[in-house]
Amino acid sequence: MDSLDSASPQSPRTSDFRDNADARFKVIDRVIKRHQFQQDALIEVLTAAQESFGYLREDVLAYVARRLQLPPSWVYGVATFYHFFSLQPQGHHQCIVCLGTACYVARSAEILAALEKRFGMKAGQTTSDGELSLTTTRCLGSCGLAPVLVLDGEILGRQSAESAVTRVEALLHETESPSSQAVSRSTESEEKP
Amino acid sequence: MNRVELQAMAETERNRQKAFQCRFLCCVGTPCLSAGGGVVQEALKQAIAVQGLDATVEVVGAGCMGPCSRGPLVRVLPAGGEEAIYEHMTPEKAGALVEAFAGPGCSSFPEESRISSDSPFFGKQVKIVLSGSGRVDPDRLESCVAEGAYTALAHALREMTPEEVCQEVVRSGLRGRGGAGYPTGVKWNLMRKAQGERKIVVANGDEGDPGAYMDRTLMESDPHRVLEGMALAAYAVGADQGYVYVRGEYPLAAQRIQRAIQAAERQGLLGNRILESRFNFRVDVRMGAGAFVCGEETALMASIMGRRGQPVPRPPYPAQRGLWGLPTLINNVETFGNIAPIIQHGGEWYAGYGTEKSRGTKVFALAGKVSWTGLIEVPLGITLREIVFDIGGGIPGGRSFKAAQTGGPSGGCIPAAHLDTPMDYESLQELGSIMGSGGLIVMDDRSCMPDVAKFFMEFCMDESCGKCAPCRGGTVQMVRLLQRITDGGAAPEDLEQLKELCLLLKETSLCGLGQTAPNPVLSTLRHFREEYDAHIREGRCPAGVCDLSGNSME
Amino acid sequence: MAAVTLTLNNELISAREGQTLLEVIRDHGVDLPTLCHLDGLSERGACRLCMVEVEGTSRLLAACVTPVQEGMNIRTDSDRLLRYRKMLVELLLAERSHVCSVCTMNGKCELQALAVRLGIDHVRYEALHPALPVDASHGRFVLDHNRCILCGRCLRACDEVEGAHTLDVMGRGVRSRIIVDFNQPWGSSFTCTGCGKCVQVCPTGAMVARENIAGRVEKRPDFLLRILDGRQKRVWRW
Repeated sequence: MDSLDSASPQSPRTSDFRDNADARFKVIDRVIKRHQFQQDALIEVLTAAQESFGYLREDVLAYVARRLQLPPSWVYGVATFYHFFSLQPQGHHQCIVCLGTACYVARSAEILAALEKRFGMKAGQTTSDGELSLTTTRCLGSCGLAPVLVLDGEILGRQSAESAVTRVEALLHETESPSSQAVSRSTESEEKP
Repeated sequence: MNRVELQAMAETERNRQKAFQCRFLCCVGTPCLSAGGGVVQEALKQAIAVQGLDATVEVVGAGCMGPCSRGPLVRVLPAGGEEAIYEHMTPEKAGALVEAFAGPGCSSFPEESRISSDSPFFGKQVKIVLSGSGRVDPDRLESCVAEGAYTALAHALREMTPEEVCQEVVRSGLRGRGGAGYPTGVKWNLMRKAQGERKIVVANGDEGDPGAYMDRTLMESDPHRVLEGMALAAYAVGADQGYVYVRGEYPLAAQRIQRAIQAAERQGLLGNRILESRFNFRVDVRMGAGAFVCGEETALMASIMGRRGQPVPRPPYPAQRGLWGLPTLINNVETFGNIAPIIQHGGEWYAGYGTEKSRGTKVFALAGKVSWTGLIEVPLGITLREIVFDIGGGIPGGRSFKAAQTGGPSGGCIPAAHLDTPMDYESLQELGSIMGSGGLIVMDDRSCMPDVAKFFMEFCMDESCGKCAPCRGGTVQMVRLLQRITDGGAAPEDLEQLKELCLLLKETSLCGLGQTAPNPVLSTLRHFREEYDAHIREGRCPAGVCDLSGNSME
Repeated sequence: MAAVTLTLNNELISAREGQTLLEVIRDHGVDLPTLCHLDGLSERGACRLCMVEVEGTSRLLAACVTPVQEGMNIRTDSDRLLRYRKMLVELLLAERSHVCSVCTMNGKCELQALAVRLGIDHVRYEALHPALPVDASHGRFVLDHNRCILCGRCLRACDEVEGAHTLDVMGRGVRSRIIVDFNQPWGSSFTCTGCGKCVQVCPTGAMVARENIAGRVEKRPDFLLRILDGRQKRVWRW
């Protein structure tokens, strides 16, 4: 955005992505081609772009808009409408607290409050060191296991405020000490209480 | 593939299955997998390999078996014997099971962790939509065909005209399972008569109601059932293109549907010249990206076309001018799940279940404070009491039943006084709730009703698309009022203002989200008014949930 | 085109088939308020102010998007409708910061005029007062989000008439906001033609021309029809 602010009313950084040899743009190209350059495939293309880049950088949005021949505000409007798209970089680790009805009835709001307090953040934010992103979701359909927490894609059922904090701490601790990183994350967190 | 080849495929697969002495079906639905189902399946496979039983024992993935809170679940099917389901499986228990069943006389069922077959959880259920779930391997077309997949389609393409297919659905009395309950057959007939160069069929799998996961389960457990229903619809209304719109939170369901489409296309069960007839029908998957409002049909279409998922005023209805201006039929995933059985057994057979105005069965996701939570399919008209106390096994921990929430953010709370209400479209509406897509969350005496109302109103505020003024501004104001009530800072006038806003949203909002957003407030006001009064006049939360001291942070 | 007859506030009237209720109602001199509707633009159906009662249906219908039908019996002035209109305008006033006394559009604002007409002397709802920026980066125009009611006239004029699609909406719900290109300062836009149509059609002080800031404001939202007639029918009414 900053570079755009100062830019004269001209097309931004046309050369930027031309010169960009980043292979990730090729991934976007492939998806666009698969959808025959149809503008209707915008959501599919943005999804692919977010998967390759981790989030939707502005030059990525600009690239998608130009390839699909859509106006910038259209693409930006779609990218900010849907929850799945993020225009900010996400943390190294992802923690999602389910706030669906069954989880809410099982007091998942207390879990969220405990996590927010412990890590000094609000839902929707990423810690300043870029380690942890905390988000919420409205039902994952695992209501039988309520309340539910998702840590880096792994669904953990029947959590409490304490257990949730412990799990997230363990996850963060793991990356802090490089020696333990060799241990597969999924198996290690399986064994942690 | 033609009809004869389809039958041959079914026969071959049935014989293949019969050859096994014992088959282990492991649930590979999301809830069981998150409870560790994958590890259990591996352990079973390993135990069998170790004992050298690969030729006589088979371990396969299967869909949802029902009692999700007891997962991982494993169904055991010994040759010729009765079957059994085992709950809370672990790799250790898996080893023991193999020992017990795989030996020479494999008829002795270990009692540990076995779910009794006469458990009331199963007793009152009637499985039509879910007849294949938990029995077929969703990733193997042959397994689904062996249970009858695509038989109804083959029959319809050969023996029935499109009009007759519509008529059969009319006769069945089937109503839309997405919530509103519009008669499916009537919708199909309108669509059949609609003029258009091409027509499109859409399966709405944007199951956004929190606590509802019927559609996901069906897509994960028996994807061919959904696809066959869509193909029958396409044949009946004259469409050649289909879309399955899958909620973004359901990657596994999307993957299974995608694989099922590919498998069906390879065998000529979808695509061009289906079953060697002149009927063509292509299906594509579209993923949502996290917006509840996309369950609304005009927003859903906007989303399929890659735009902001904002509703547009109707008319024109999708059947007149839908995707890309073409007539478009949109039905819920579960609705499509009913079609193949209706065509196979006849509309009258289907109409034999349920009540006069609400025919057939409905899948509910039973969750919250009941002993047995999970996915159930029951004939419409069953009472709430039977669902909660017989199927659900009552409230655990000696607590008492307070309310059942149906219909998610568009529905309401049904109090104990109405436990004997039959579950059908009209009765639920009379109580101020709706059938909805089928989420049913039981609450005990520790749930505070104004707090629950606030929860749903916050949901609607977050999910409002922001297009129309009443929904955008009204939901925020209602959340503020409810917040004041649960914080203990509300005055009696606030309640009047809340009620007035409820009516405004209901009557002036552009789409169903805003129109139904007041329902949780209205129904709790109607059935639990004394709780609101306790908060406002006495500064007290009867359920002990709310902090009324005014110290609350937000 | 075939004529249809219908009843409007107890009066028998006739209309042409294919007209919307709003057109018919206005043709007959009934001043039904609207904010998102503008002659020459597609209908958005978003402000919900033109809701009317139609006999035979319990639901209220938005006149701007409802086609007229033979025999309809329409009411535009029931107590219920007046109450709802008032509430809708109050919700809009509570949503952003509408302080008329310091607004360039004071006296010319459609929202203000409507509030006066509906007798709104105070707003019953909690003012949300979101802290929103004022974009004064453009050489000729100013965009003040605090006065925006999200009617969407500007973006439709930009897309449908000018063809630039510089403007759109970002976010959703109460956090929705009008954006320029990639949510950037208007002055840095590389798609804006500077035509000013958005400013002309804006009903409030959310979009104004710089030269207006200190002086009088003259907006001409009706010029859209003139342009469109010129383009499509080759006739110029003035």
